[in-house]
Amino acid sequence: MINSKIFLQGLKSNLGTRSPTVSLAACFIALGALLKDAGFNLQQSAASSFFTYALPGQLVMAESLLIGTSLINIFIAVWLVNFRLYPMTVSLFPLLKHKSQPKWKYYLSSHFLAVSSWLVAKEGYQKIDKKYRIDFWIGIGIGTWSTAVIMTIIGYLLSEYLNKDMMIGLAIVNPVYFFCMMIGAMKNISISIAVIGGTILGPIVYLFSAEWAILYAGLIAGTIAFLFGDKNGSK
Amino acid sequence: MDPNNIIVLAIIATSVATFISRFFGALTSEKVSVKSKTFQWFNCVAYSTLAALLGRMIVFPAGVLADSELIIRLIVLITCVVIFIISKKNLVLPTLFSAIFLSVLMHL
Repeated sequence: MINSKIFLQGLKSNLGTRSPTVSLAACFIALGALLKDAGFNLQQSAASSFFTYALPGQLVMAESLLIGTSLINIFIAVWLVNFRLYPMTVSLFPLLKHKSQPKWKYYLSSHFLAVSSWLVAKEGYQKIDKKYRIDFWIGIGIGTWSTAVIMTIIGYLLSEYLNKDMMIGLAIVNPVYFFCMMIGAMKNISISIAVIGGTILGPIVYLFSAEWAILYAGLIAGTIAFLFGDKNGSK
Repeated sequence: MDPNNIIVLAIIATSVATFISRFFGALTSEKVSVKSKTFQWFNCVAYSTLAALLGRMIVFPAGVLADSELIIRLIVLITCVVIFIISKKNLVLPTLFSAIFLSVLMHL
């Protein structure tokens, strides 16, 4: 059903100097502590990372609960902030497709899609036989997902020992890690324009429309990058 | 409503709102070929959307990070990117350094 050798290869991608584990651990420890502050119990905190596993959306949920936002508004705000997962899935899963693999593997393993796993998979998929790429992906995903759940629990339990300075220190790790990974991924002109354009437009559009900023900035910068790459023959 | 029930409902709402994008992404992927222009466009939009989120997280952060100054966050980010480049793309070094460097700068 799953090629265990390839699965383990995916799982092992979460170790080493290029792994996202340190960054994931830091930000989910901070999230666990934040959820405790927001009134969650241990089981609820773990369930949040288990079922959602998308840090920006979980942050939006916790902050919305603290200010008493309605459930429908939480739903819309989370959908907008996590909408990036749609283009991310469409830009990864076609690379993992193989007709011999059952569809349920793709549907279920889409839950593992997050920035960390996506970047690791994008970097490593070419080394894997096309037939087993989905098993490689499941290995990466299980590794990052379980790290997130375990670290949320640890963060919750450690929250009394984490002062504000430590929480701020943990919170910067996430954007720094992802920026470095994105810079590492800038291997052609269209991806470079997409990354630079998105970084600049994200905060600018936020000034005009806080909720829609990521979606608008992503669509505008991504389309400009695509058109430029298409015109200049970039892959 | 009991606060516990509100939290459970919020977890469900958040999980469903998140899984929708992943699941529809998996469904759309069935019809998208790696060699198509549609795939290239989605790839660019994925990178730019992610970059937009990161740009927003640094300039207009949510949560505790908002208590640090923007100039300090930018100094930390730029220094860590330089460390990443000169350390031959080692990711652990700049991420560990970022937490320590930010704490040090905030106390200067």
